[in-house]
Amino acid sequence: MGKRVGMEVSIAASEAVRLANVDVIAAYPITPQTHIVEHLSEFVNNGELDAEFVPVESEHSAMSVCSGSQAVGARSFTCTSSQGLILMSEIVYCTAAMRLPVIMVLANRSLSNPISIWNDHTDVMSIRDCGWIQYFAENGQDVFDHVLISYRVGEDRDVMLPVIVNMDGFSVSHVIEPVELVDQETVDKFLPPYKPDIVLDPAHPVTMGAIVLPSCYTEAKKAQDEAVKASMPTILKGWQEFGDLTGRYYHPIEEYRTEGAEVLLVTMGGIGETAMWAVDQMREKGRPVGLLKMRLWRPFPFEEFRKAASKARMLVVVDRAISYGGPGGPVASELRSALYNEPKRPLVANFIAGLASRDVAPFDFIEMVDRAEGACKKGMEPEYEIYGVRE
Amino acid sequence: MIEIRFHGRGGQGAVTSAELLAYAAINEGRYAQAFPSFGPERRGAPVVAYCRISDDPIRIRANISEPNLVVVLDYSILRIVDVTAGLKHPHGILVTDSKFPGEKVRADLNIKGKLAAVDATRIAMEVLGLAITNTTMLGSLVKASNVIQKDSLIEPLKERFGRIADKNIAAYERAFKETVVLDG
Repeated sequence: MGKRVGMEVSIAASEAVRLANVDVIAAYPITPQTHIVEHLSEFVNNGELDAEFVPVESEHSAMSVCSGSQAVGARSFTCTSSQGLILMSEIVYCTAAMRLPVIMVLANRSLSNPISIWNDHTDVMSIRDCGWIQYFAENGQDVFDHVLISYRVGEDRDVMLPVIVNMDGFSVSHVIEPVELVDQETVDKFLPPYKPDIVLDPAHPVTMGAIVLPSCYTEAKKAQDEAVKASMPTILKGWQEFGDLTGRYYHPIEEYRTEGAEVLLVTMGGIGETAMWAVDQMREKGRPVGLLKMRLWRPFPFEEFRKAASKARMLVVVDRAISYGGPGGPVASELRSALYNEPKRPLVANFIAGLASRDVAPFDFIEMVDRAEGACKKGMEPEYEIYGVRE
Repeated sequence: MIEIRFHGRGGQGAVTSAELLAYAAINEGRYAQAFPSFGPERRGAPVVAYCRISDDPIRIRANISEPNLVVVLDYSILRIVDVTAGLKHPHGILVTDSKFPGEKVRADLNIKGKLAAVDATRIAMEVLGLAITNTTMLGSLVKASNVIQKDSLIEPLKERFGRIADKNIAAYERAFKETVVLDG
């Protein structure tokens, strides 16, 4: 068993990176990711981690360095937030297409403008289709565990894909809470050294990320889509093996009090914990409300989601980003799409809440369920609503 | 679950207070959360920090709007911030820095519930030589409530303050002794 300690979640993330014994770290500090970079640079400076720390001049360079170092066979790590992510996004797509399993922790933060250092999911949703495996953590333990799990899964020769571990900025990243660490021996058992089949090596030259003609591009993209989909069994295996070692088992969709639930709240990230509290309160009053927490965003867990949603009359999906002029929040939009061909499907109500760290308290979830139910009773097909707008 | 809200001024260590308390509770084998109210905090401006402590896993990740305990690190805050907003009634406790005896605080603020007061600024000046009242007010908080065991804070204080830990422990102990607790 690992030691249980109180620590800031950002520090726990850095601990996991140290335990994963990475070779290269390239990152540029940006709020609210800064504590991770600071802590990692201390580890390297103090000789507690034998890695190359590259103090790059931008996030674009951070991802370029990580992609290059991963391509020569060095385990690489970066982390960023918000504007940093969209600055590096050009390379983010290349990393996945070149099948380089870089691991990135994203301390989720709003995109400008207006400038906001606070938390929501508008940053990660801007690169939704980047081809990385994408997890959402809801607490410090998740973050710590998923850094380790990401290396195990991403570097598996059946996968060879980069992985993003999303954690909410501030409301997860800056909280001090108990985290059960995993000792080095257990980590080493779980995470074998990185040995890719193909590396950049002057003695055996290869080309990565070359130009292709229209005659081959479609095939390359089909192969990439298949690769992300085909990562699912390895993701499940990674969770199983991690669970067997630590007693902590994870699933693509975490269900909470879904037995007999007619209405299901759906969340992604840290607000899932508050939603559990709200579900408890509603259950105490005899209301058949449960909760689905989306842990895996890419590959999208179609099968698990349809199974979990099938019994409900209505889903109340809480999004943390907007597709302007589009169908509302990205999560609800994808869930609707996933259900479209089902013979019996629940109604999908969508609330966009918690933008720029606007507090989402238990009573807010109850209010959202009430409003969705109210619309339903009036025979209205629920659409999306930006929740809590001051007028 | 016990929810605690700290009010102070930027630089006085309200965030550190919340963190140290969380470390102490976690070291007791319990569950805790500490987090600041994230904003453009500046030295001297009013700041807020939060701490939750529970025997069970904490399943809430939102601000604290109805605290069981409110800790005020600087008496001057009482005039400009509604520190008792949402304070649980009748069992909520206000723990505050004050140059004056508790009864005057009660009269000034028109507070009916349980109240604890200590001249934390004076203690901090005398013991630490600085008007940083975070560790002092923790002594007062622990006296006013049984939120953690008194000795549980010693290790976190040692870890955080290193060579000036002894002075902070002295300030903590002295505030524990000098705090006046008035039942509502």
